[in-house]
Amino acid sequence: MPRLLFEKTGNAVWISHLDLMRLFQRAFQRAKLPLKHSQGFNPRPYVAVALPLSVGVESVCELLDFDLDGASVPDDEIRDSLNRVLVDGVRVLDVYEDGQKIKNLALLDCVLTLEYDRGVPEGTAEAVEALFARPSLPVMKKSKNGPVEQDIIPMIRQLRVDQNDGHTVTLEARVCCQNPSLNPMQLAAAVDKYLPEFRPDFVKSRRVALYDAQGNIFR
Amino acid sequence: MTELLKRILPTVQKPARYTGGEFNEIKKDLASVRVRVAFCFPDTYEIGMSNLGMRILYGVMNEMDGVWCERVFTPWADMEQAMVENHLPLWALESQDPVKDFDMIAFTIGYEMCYTNILNMLRLAGLPLHSRDRNDLKNIVFAGGVCAYNPEPLADFIDFFSLGEGEEITVEIVSLYDRAKAEGWTKEAFLLEVAKIPGVYVPSFYRHEYAEDGTLARIVPLVEGVPTKFTKRIVEDLDKAYWPTKMIVPSTEIVHDRANLEVFRGCIRGCRFCQAGFSCRPVRRKSAKVLFDQAVETMEDSGHNELTLSSLSTSDFRGLKELTDDLIPYCADHKINLSVPSLRADNFSRDLMERLQTVRKSGLTFAPEAGTQRLRDVINKNLTEEEILTTCANAFSGGWNNVKLYFMLGLPTETDEDVLGIADLVYKVIKTWQANAVNKKRGLRVHVATAFFVPKPHTPFQWEKQITPEEYLRRCRLLKSHFYSKSITYDYHGPDLSRLEAVFARGDRRVGPVIEEAMNRGAKLDGWDEFFNYSYWVDAFDACGVDMEYYTTRGFGEDELLPWDPMDVGVTKRFLQLERKRAYEAKVTPDCREGCAGCGANCLLKEVDCDA
Ligand code: SF4
Ligand code: SF4
Repeated sequence: MPRLLFEKTGNAVWISHLDLMRLFQRAFQRAKLPLKHSQGFNPRPYVAVALPLSVGVESVCELLDFDLDGASVPDDEIRDSLNRVLVDGVRVLDVYEDGQKIKNLALLDCVLTLEYDRGVPEGTAEAVEALFARPSLPVMKKSKNGPVEQDIIPMIRQLRVDQNDGHTVTLEARVCCQNPSLNPMQLAAAVDKYLPEFRPDFVKSRRVALYDAQGNIFR
Repeated sequence: MTELLKRILPTVQKPARYTGGEFNEIKKDLASVRVRVAFCFPDTYEIGMSNLGMRILYGVMNEMDGVWCERVFTPWADMEQAMVENHLPLWALESQDPVKDFDMIAFTIGYEMCYTNILNMLRLAGLPLHSRDRNDLKNIVFAGGVCAYNPEPLADFIDFFSLGEGEEITVEIVSLYDRAKAEGWTKEAFLLEVAKIPGVYVPSFYRHEYAEDGTLARIVPLVEGVPTKFTKRIVEDLDKAYWPTKMIVPSTEIVHDRANLEVFRGCIRGCRFCQAGFSCRPVRRKSAKVLFDQAVETMEDSGHNELTLSSLSTSDFRGLKELTDDLIPYCADHKINLSVPSLRADNFSRDLMERLQTVRKSGLTFAPEAGTQRLRDVINKNLTEEEILTTCANAFSGGWNNVKLYFMLGLPTETDEDVLGIADLVYKVIKTWQANAVNKKRGLRVHVATAFFVPKPHTPFQWEKQITPEEYLRRCRLLKSHFYSKSITYDYHGPDLSRLEAVFARGDRRVGPVIEEAMNRGAKLDGWDEFFNYSYWVDAFDACGVDMEYYTTRGFGEDELLPWDPMDVGVTKRFLQLERKRAYEAKVTPDCREGCAGCGANCLLKEVDCDA
């Protein structure tokens, strides 16, 4: 089954996961690339996006599996035809066959930008670094049965803190994204909870790369 | 997008409705734009983007050279709160620029209960609510839509109204503005000129005087030479009319999330309570050929997988067979769901329903509106018990097990016998199911809903009393006590909203301050159950000293000057009076196909005949 790698940036970050699937279904239709439909009484065109992205988060490494109905179309042509009819912010970067099995997707790289409107307080980077060096770090997480506590440390593989300018601190992390998975925003939640004096005014999140369990790029 | 908005968006529900950026959104280079129009829909994005009229006029204005029309919707309450807290003024989606930067601010108004949203949007935009406090040509506020057929409740707030279908008149208005802006006219000078465009009404050019008993005595022109009658505009030849095949495809789910093709305008039926039925006359069709081409173009361009054929009564579209014969195979080939709402219970429609797959999902829907044949004759609703039961019998034997029935309570001449007639009809539907159902194990669901009758302007019932809310509720309870079967679910709309709707539908200038007062007290999004709060309204009427009963239970005299009399929708007042008389005699008036009843709307046509 073919797969496409796409980015979701700019205005498009506000499009929800379900809406994004609909958006792609329509884009395929506009591009005259008919999708195979599911069987059953109410057939739906088949598309599947791996790892739903939270609303508001940017990504340059989204994956979507699809299946075309009818004659095969060269991968580059699929990419270009879709890009002509997609909305600003959603852009197909690559189309390829034989992607790896989604179940082998294990880790992702993310960048959190902590914004401090009145300037980054002295010692923020050091304090954040020290925080994530703790042996355990329980943070509340929403679940189907209400909030539960989750230790996030075992799910963080790498983490790097930098102060780029007077107003932002970045947190680059590689975290588990499947079984178990860590929502990168939980890193910011940890800062809020344990370092209230370094709480940022706003946090932006960006997903930058996907890996398998061995740390090889996942395609 | 501003950093501020970026920070607000993660905190509100469905942020995609505030960002714009959808497929086919129109962006223009400001350097080549002379007139900026903020096209405001006084309800949420999901409702507004489902509105065909807005989509047409968005296209019409953006086709104009030097004009950029952008969209604005009512923010949901969470966003409104964030805007107020952060001093973020209302913005238009395309450019994200504040509404107060725009030359023209246009509203399309289809429903009385969005009046507070209009005022609230002006307030959130940072504009004065009253036209008299907006002194410049810039930010001129105008409005169209069905509610413009009785514009008086909004007379204080809107600079001018545009009556009827907007395809042509909007172009004339915006072109005149273009000239006015280039030549540096004052607002006053522009209003004087725009008033000369047929179909334009400038309320500030007239004074309304009231008699001692409170009725409207006189409408006095304050400016020499201004018109005293305002005739709505229509498009005669729909085949040649502008049709937006490149429609915006929302990136987030909306209420009618599908392509929508309008097959004809007007309605041949003339149900006496129905404002659309009278005010949208004359009847004009589109040819099946043009419609098919537009359908294909729209579907290919949008990528939608659902297409709906819309109109007031699609079964009456003369080209329906030809069009569906072509469209059904096309849709099947392209895996498009074709839906045809508002089908009547006639033979052809029954056939058609079977050929469309979408019907099964929605079940069978009937709107007999009244429970007895006598009352259906009074309201001229040409739907018989036999038609309903035959359609049900067919459907039940075909496996359907779900029926919805819609009625009104409080119709003129209605008695308890008519109310109980509803229960009777529902039992006959259940009996029909018992006699015809193929699979009784699945059970039957009959959903019955009653609405509170609202007398509307420009209908034969425009003079009628509305019954009291207490009496309406008594009739609801009476009906309820006669439903014994577990298959029936009965919903009745609460009376409060319909009572207000009755006030504003037939309101005059004295109810304007009530709208403002209610909004100041917190009324907003009144069409939404989660926000509607009747007590704001009751308090506002009290505070303004306006009596709701005057507009509801009092009824209007046939010799009374009505606030909407100057508005001419084509149908004559004489015809409405005649129809009212026939209603009291329980005489039906045949539909336009059986013979022209002489409503007068054909006088709006110069090139073609009515319903040709
Ligand atoms: S059929 Fe009757 S209720 Fe329906 S639009 Fe026509 S006049 Fe109105
Ligand atoms: S002019 Fe005659 S045919 Fe036309 S809408 Fe009126 S009654 Fe019907």
